[in-house]
Amino acid sequence: MKAIETFQLPSAAKVNYINAEYGLKSWLLTKDHKRIALLYLGSISFFFFLGGLYAMFIRLELLTPQGDLLSSATYNKVFTQHGIIMVFFFLIPSIPATLGNFLVPMMIGAKDLAFPRINLLSWYIYLLGGFITIYALLAGGVDTGWTFYAPYSTTFSNSYVIAAGLGIFVSGFSSILTGLNFIVTIHTMRAPGMTWFRLPLFIWAHYATSLVMVLGTPVIAITILLLAFERLAHVGIFDPAAGGDPVLFQHLFWFYSHPAVYIMVLPSMGVVSELIANFSRKNVFGYKFVAFSSLAIAVFGFLVWGHHLFVASQSVYAGMIFSFLSFAVAIPSAIKVFNWTATLYKGSISYDTPMLYALGFIGLFTIGGMTGLFLASLAVDVHVSDTYFIVAHFHYIMVGGALFGYLGGLHYWWPKISGRMYPEGWGRFSALVIFVGFNLTFMPQFIAGYLGMPRRYHAYPPEFQVFNVLSSAGASILGFGLLIPAIYLVWSMRYGKHAEANPWHLPGLEWRTASPPPTENFLVTPVVTWEAYEFAPPEEMQVVGKLKGEGLEVADVSEK
Amino acid sequence: MQTSWIPFIPESASTVSSKVDALYFYLSGVTLFFTLLISGTIIFFVIKYRRRSPFEIPQPIAGSHKLETMWSVIPFIIAMSMFAWGAQIYFENSRPPKNANEIYVVGKQWMWKIQHSTGQREINELHVPVGRKIKLIMTAEDTIHDFFIPAFRIKADVLPGKYTTQWFEATKAGTYHLFCAEYCGMNHSGMIGSVIVMQPSEFDNWLSGNAGQQSPAVAGQQLYQSLGCITCHGANGEGGRGPGLVGLFGRKVDLTNGQSLTADESYVRESIENPQAKIVMGFGPIMPTFQGQVTPEQLIQLMSFIKSLQVTGAPAATAPSPKSAPTPASAPTAAPNRQ
Repeated sequence: MKAIETFQLPSAAKVNYINAEYGLKSWLLTKDHKRIALLYLGSISFFFFLGGLYAMFIRLELLTPQGDLLSSATYNKVFTQHGIIMVFFFLIPSIPATLGNFLVPMMIGAKDLAFPRINLLSWYIYLLGGFITIYALLAGGVDTGWTFYAPYSTTFSNSYVIAAGLGIFVSGFSSILTGLNFIVTIHTMRAPGMTWFRLPLFIWAHYATSLVMVLGTPVIAITILLLAFERLAHVGIFDPAAGGDPVLFQHLFWFYSHPAVYIMVLPSMGVVSELIANFSRKNVFGYKFVAFSSLAIAVFGFLVWGHHLFVASQSVYAGMIFSFLSFAVAIPSAIKVFNWTATLYKGSISYDTPMLYALGFIGLFTIGGMTGLFLASLAVDVHVSDTYFIVAHFHYIMVGGALFGYLGGLHYWWPKISGRMYPEGWGRFSALVIFVGFNLTFMPQFIAGYLGMPRRYHAYPPEFQVFNVLSSAGASILGFGLLIPAIYLVWSMRYGKHAEANPWHLPGLEWRTASPPPTENFLVTPVVTWEAYEFAPPEEMQVVGKLKGEGLEVADVSEK
Repeated sequence: MQTSWIPFIPESASTVSSKVDALYFYLSGVTLFFTLLISGTIIFFVIKYRRRSPFEIPQPIAGSHKLETMWSVIPFIIAMSMFAWGAQIYFENSRPPKNANEIYVVGKQWMWKIQHSTGQREINELHVPVGRKIKLIMTAEDTIHDFFIPAFRIKADVLPGKYTTQWFEATKAGTYHLFCAEYCGMNHSGMIGSVIVMQPSEFDNWLSGNAGQQSPAVAGQQLYQSLGCITCHGANGEGGRGPGLVGLFGRKVDLTNGQSLTADESYVRESIENPQAKIVMGFGPIMPTFQGQVTPEQLIQLMSFIKSLQVTGAPAATAPSPKSAPTPASAPTAAPNRQ
């Protein structure tokens, strides 16, 4: 056991990225990807809380069929704003901007992203977009649904459509810049020996996500501009009364917004690949298949947008082609699920909190993905589209998928990010509460949906009440469960046990430096001689930066 | 409660609904199977291979091309079976039968206006007989709506400036939900109604009880005269300076730009509102626009009149006779082409 101790890096290096500089200015003008990740973490947590608040109002309203808590105008704003905040200001930036920002350079052995200033700029742009959107909410809100369908949004809505659209337009640029930064970083800044097929799958997932961000986001920007143009200048683009075509809007909107689903879920898949491998101490089964399936999803994801238009007067033949392609895009996701499951075979599986989230992800993502096949299937989609079935389906993907991956990743890397351990018991307990609450919230919605309850209904026929009561009960459990990590993670930053450099005993590069890492991540440039997920006894693992007594040898920094 | 005897399945009341349910059961079965397979395997592995000592390192396993092929190909085959089944039902339903009775639907914030081809009007209610094929021709006055009848498993968007159709044949008498399923503004959830399916004899009684209203074709004929269409298209649509309208729907029309199309509701609407867009071969661009002068409902009446024009040239639209089944309107006829 003595050999293992020598492997441990000193738990608190004297100088790390958190204590390297003090003062507000040192944070607001930082170019350190790790600090920017924390800035993002704070801001997306705020938006998540805000979006969650709206969700609570939705669930409270739907407890009774009559629509008696909020007026219908207010309810329409509440679900619209829940969608806009959660999609554009939480889910899309969630993993890439926080965990991705923090870990992409660390996992490939780089000192920072390729463009640190652009990275900081992306946060300010995100913040500006957020402020514009908050202005829209405070000024009176927006009631078009997060999908902004024309001509309602361009001609009929009396709400702050342009301001809300502008917020999304602006924040889109932060997404493009982040994606661009990741692509360049992954191409050019890998440490010596870090070949493409030695990259952790988290990196492959972020690479695929970045492609979608860079190629897809401009389309939503153009769409929003056209929408604003029509609303302001009454030029007929989408409104047929002025000579436009409302279905054109739907094509443009989903050309981005369907791939955007993959922006949300691909990084989460990357996190889960890390968690499954590391907490079973096994290399990912079929590494290349999992890596390329991310790229396949990113590419094919651009070709399936028409499945949102099966009942929107799209041609029957276009419908059949989009249906076929939508079934095809399900296959790479299935490959991932099978490979993750196979990775567990003959592993050494621990039940730490991140692993619970990862296992929960696989189950929920399987249900979310399989119910997606109902929607890809033309005849069934005709019946269930725009009902609660679809609401349940995409929440299984976005909460059961994206959010579970995010929470799992946040717990997993928390010791590295904060230098502190979160309380494991509370972690496991809250993961369980969230899992139960989530399923209770959204499982009944599948049933209500097939029975015919339409989405975006402020009041509904009484026969659907039982499902809505179950759903609201689940939402309160889910909300309670989410508060627990919010509290203990903040608590642990001050009172948590100090984290070791490598608390989980893993081979990834990010674990071979101190927790929290120094500003330059590694005191010497690492040379990678091992494959991804190559587990070895701790005493055989190389540590980046030499050890001397209790501190890292500062002299080694002078290698540059 | 409108549910069937099977738990969590809505009432099944059209010829299509049982087909959709059958596919739904297949999809649910496959979903249940894979969810149980995956979660069962995970739970088994997680228990069997739990960590027994803190520093144990299991033997790495490289992967297997055989397994990868297996779990790509089998799901693909299953997915294709789902695709083919769903596409087949969808394709069938996309073509309304030729002998269907036509009912016009106009959606507006926040109500459904419905008119039968015999003239009866309804708001937020749709009365239909069991066992007869019904084709809905739908348009909207303002924004997008969606005509959704869960018990029939049918749904289609209703768009402004465009005509969409869907059809059904009810199989069971009863009262069913009608929902607007495309978000359309403040009172979207109030844009609901009932579909009342009656036995054919009861339905005919209901029709005669609501008689006395002008049929859309007759109203259309009056419009045709008052708007002055008669000057160029002839008193009975026989044509003149403008192209003939007899037997127009479903006919192939050659245009001056060399293209050709099959005349349908959207084409006729465009030709009324924006006549310069598509000029029929052999005619000049002389027709003025009627954009803003005819409401969506009046457009429907004009179309209804045009559909009623018979090959002989005499309009079939006469005083409303509720007992007579409406003429199969959209059937293409071998009308003499004046061009």
